Amino acid sequence: MSTLRLEIVTPERIVYEQDVNMVIANGVSGQLGVLPNHVPMVTPLKIAPIRVKKGNSEELIAVHGGFMEVRKEKVVILAEAAEQGADIDLSRARQAKERAEQRLASKNEQYDHKRAELALQRALTRIQTSGQ
Amino acid sequence: MAKGMREIKSKIKSTQNTKQITKAMEMVAASKLRRAQNAALASRPYSDKLKEVVSSIATSGSSVSHPMLESRPVKRSAYLVITSDRGQAGGLNSNLLKKLVEKLKEKHKSQDEFSLFVIGRKGYDYLVRRKYEIRQEIIGAPDSPTFADIKSIASAAVGGFENGEYDELFVVYNRFVNAVTQIPTIKQMLPLDASQFDKQDSSLSAGYEYEPDAEAILDVLLPKYAETLVFSSLLENKASEFGARMTAMSSATKNATKMINELTLHYNRARQAAITQEITEIVGGANAIS
Repeated sequence: MSTLRLEIVTPERIVYEQDVNMVIANGVSGQLGVLPNHVPMVTPLKIAPIRVKKGNSEELIAVHGGFMEVRKEKVVILAEAAEQGADIDLSRARQAKERAEQRLASKNEQYDHKRAELALQRALTRIQTSGQ
Repeated sequence: MAKGMREIKSKIKSTQNTKQITKAMEMVAASKLRRAQNAALASRPYSDKLKEVVSSIATSGSSVSHPMLESRPVKRSAYLVITSDRGQAGGLNSNLLKKLVEKLKEKHKSQDEFSLFVIGRKGYDYLVRRKYEIRQEIIGAPDSPTFADIKSIASAAVGGFENGEYDELFVVYNRFVNAVTQIPTIKQMLPLDASQFDKQDSSLSAGYEYEPDAEAILDVLLPKYAETLVFSSLLENKASEFGARMTAMSSATKNATKMINELTLHYNRARQAAITQEITEIVGGANAIS
């Protein structure tokens, strides 16, 4: 099976760099799967886990927003933060989820709703990624 | 005479203690410098990549314009000042701040014409003492900062430009050349210099497809790119800080060594003088008896 190279880069380091068979990501205008020899493309990503297929196994990686750049043999994802399942602190993500939900439910002016929503998305992404 | 000797001896002792401390600080700074340089290196791929994508959009032929790429008449300016939290780094911070204040005085008539964002305690204290108004500050960023540490101030600084509060944004920081040389720099960050995106390597010339479209992507990408620039300036300033501290501490150690040598010489002279005097006294006494 042909492969493409997936790189996930954050401002601090390169999180992931491997040859994979398929990348499934959530772009702002919908989910898309990328196979080798895809048309070159750039799209912003939602805060969501991306799925990586490699041989028979499948991996989830939490990607918090950012961009995907697709070239024929290479996919580069630029994100402010990205984590693999093993690096995620599940209990912290759960706490963050509860906190964000409370804030959203409280309808209190003192909390920034947009921020709470983003925090909730991040927490959900993390939980989803680590709970495989 | 004996009293003078004791004084010199305690002075030697205290200088030795100081030397030990400065020596330790020098070594700590050296290892932190290495880490800071690595961090700066590790952040390169991200900003390079962003720049690459921006370039490919900018040169893709379709006339793309974005407020962050266009310079407009300047009514107000903003400065993002990056300093260290601690001193003991020679003239690193004071040179930078002096340069900043000079520029502020020269360019602006009143404080209403600019906003200040500050990272680092040294810069904050200095500017507050001189009654400058500070929009936002971050104090106590760790030695190996993460992007999340400065995200809020970076996006505030970029956001102010986007919504037209000011028409240009400068980053004020120490550019790292090597461990002994750091150059205080005031660099224009926004509007982004469109010409830097013109150069493009041929491997990229394959036209991209944009989802949803090129302008929507620029909208997300340019602010990110600007924030990344802030982050890399911070990393560079960190490297400068440790470099300057290393140099300052190594010269402090050298001075201490020199001082100890001088004091030891004095001490020995005093000791000898004391012995000579004692002998003279004994001989004098013996002569008097005989």
